[in-house]
Amino acid sequence: MFAGAPQYLISGLTVGATYGLTALGFTMIFNTTGIINFAQGEFVMLGGMLAVVLQKAGAPLPVAIMLAVAVTALVGCLIERGVIRPVGRTAPVNLVIITIGISILLRGAVMLIWGKDTFALPPFSGSAPLAILGAAVQPQSLWVLFITLLLLAALKLFFSRTIHGKAMLACACEQKAAALMGISVDRMAMLSFGLSGFLGAVGGAILTPITLTSYDVGVMLGLKGFAACILGGLGNPFGAAAGGLILGVLESFGAGFVSSAYKDAFAFIVLLALLFVKPTGLFGGPKSDRV
Amino acid sequence: MMLRLLSVFAALVLWAGQSLAAEPVKIGAVVSVTGPASFLGEPEKNTLEMIRDELNAKGGLLGRPVELVIYDDESDVNKAVLAAEKLLKKDQVAAVIGATTSGSTLAIMNKFPAAQVPLVSMSAAEKIVNPVNPWVFKVAPSDRHAVGRILKHAQAKGYKKIAILTVSDGFGQAGREVLKELVPAMGFTLTADEVYGPKDTDMTAQLTKLKDAAPDAIICWGTNPGPAVVARNRAQLGMKTPLYMSHGVASRKFIELAGESAEGLMLPAGHLIVASQLPDSQPQKALLLAYTSQYKDKFKGDVSPFGGHGWDGLKLVAKAVETAGSDKPAAIRDALEKITAFPGIGGVFSFTEKDHNGLDANAFEMVVIQGGDWKILK
Repeated sequence: MFAGAPQYLISGLTVGATYGLTALGFTMIFNTTGIINFAQGEFVMLGGMLAVVLQKAGAPLPVAIMLAVAVTALVGCLIERGVIRPVGRTAPVNLVIITIGISILLRGAVMLIWGKDTFALPPFSGSAPLAILGAAVQPQSLWVLFITLLLLAALKLFFSRTIHGKAMLACACEQKAAALMGISVDRMAMLSFGLSGFLGAVGGAILTPITLTSYDVGVMLGLKGFAACILGGLGNPFGAAAGGLILGVLESFGAGFVSSAYKDAFAFIVLLALLFVKPTGLFGGPKSDRV
Repeated sequence: MMLRLLSVFAALVLWAGQSLAAEPVKIGAVVSVTGPASFLGEPEKNTLEMIRDELNAKGGLLGRPVELVIYDDESDVNKAVLAAEKLLKKDQVAAVIGATTSGSTLAIMNKFPAAQVPLVSMSAAEKIVNPVNPWVFKVAPSDRHAVGRILKHAQAKGYKKIAILTVSDGFGQAGREVLKELVPAMGFTLTADEVYGPKDTDMTAQLTKLKDAAPDAIICWGTNPGPAVVARNRAQLGMKTPLYMSHGVASRKFIELAGESAEGLMLPAGHLIVASQLPDSQPQKALLLAYTSQYKDKFKGDVSPFGGHGWDGLKLVAKAVETAGSDKPAAIRDALEKITAFPGIGGVFSFTEKDHNGLDANAFEMVVIQGGDWKILK
């Protein structure tokens, strides 16, 4: 009965890393602007699709991925500058609706340009499975987990050691005070959109060799990433990453031990149950402080 | 005066003669040219128009040109119903080919007995021809034929225990029903029955469960991209259990998506994708090759079995018009029912009063994926 457990764990962690990276993007933008960016899943999709397209156009894989990530980060910045900022100070719910519009626009544009097909990327270092604790692990899964951890560490450094990181935290705490201290809140908002585009695109690019990609993968990823965010405690980047991993593992165990027909339901049932007990999420503080 | 009268008379005769010659044989079609099912409908529409032009170039049917009235249902059941209504009431067509999807066909098929016009469907659902509706025919093979073909192969291999993994959409559910019926009926034990979502990106949990059930072979029922993920996960888990796929992945795209992990997978496929490997005595071979090159030249794209359904639909109706010597709907219907051993793209059709699909498991060829290509399994 429990023979499959290590396998379920490994599969769950790999899928969970996607949710975690998407969730990280959510927290980046939420923390500086208070907006839930529902185009986050589309950033992941863009990262994967652009990497595929560039690789097909003849770019070597690492170059294709770096370009894809850079372009998606730029798209993030452009969205803030071109759509969010002009709307100006309005209720966050209006901005959230705008992000939903952006997600539909991005999906539609990608569908028109590259079609509705599904695409694959080659794995970074072969596809021969490794055996760990009786579970078969794709080398690509290790890449995904490794890069996710690396990004988390880099974010930690960014927020605690760099002036931009600290400025973003300041905007999150108290926008008016931050502005009075000479921090450009607009610039920080743009930076946060760029950063979340970057995080999403990295996620999309490193996962495509495992999960394949198409114009509409962002819908489910956005939803799961958002759930991971809530599970970990909205606004806490490390909670978001952990929430993603937990969600992935829950799904995998649910599919393995109970029934694969209700795989998507488990995660959401657990999420609901948790929110009844602890509305701030697993790692959310008792106060509604966002940092 | 006499000359003038004569010329008027001559003009009248000419005009009448032209209008007689121009009275076309009107055939309708309901096709999902746009929308989610456009990957099925577009090659169907291309093929229908190609065959119409070909027929007209050869002088049409019964010495009259063929007029094809094609309506796009945009993959929408409601629009399919409106299109069928228009074809029957306004255009007064002699026969209708369509619809592209099973849902749309099931929605429109009840209009045809009332209108006394034959319908030739291009969609797969078995319910379209079972029970038999005297006015409704179908050219796409049923899931039952594909499952039967797989299980015949499994029997020959001496497999006893079969596990199934199906997608939770319409295609997978229909396949699952047939599998659950035929697997025990043909003498196998069904050891596991797992399901995955059409958007799932990881099926290792399901495959691990299947592995624990230790089947002799696994049958996976789905359309891209799910089966490609299943193939990849199977390779990742180092599973050696033989894996059968459905005819839903008989396209280049599947091999591209699954990559190396597609090697050794087996599936039932229409003869079209392996036409060049068929023996010359195979009755379909020549026309399969001709259709492939004709379609490629004209549309610069690959042929698909779906375009083949369009070919079969229109050619069967054309054949019925010719044998009946009339374009009266009732005459076409009667002639359709008498067509036997008619080589088409989807198979060799033999309609009877009780069988309005006209195909059997021989419509499929078992193929294995080797070196990134299809090979006929002996």
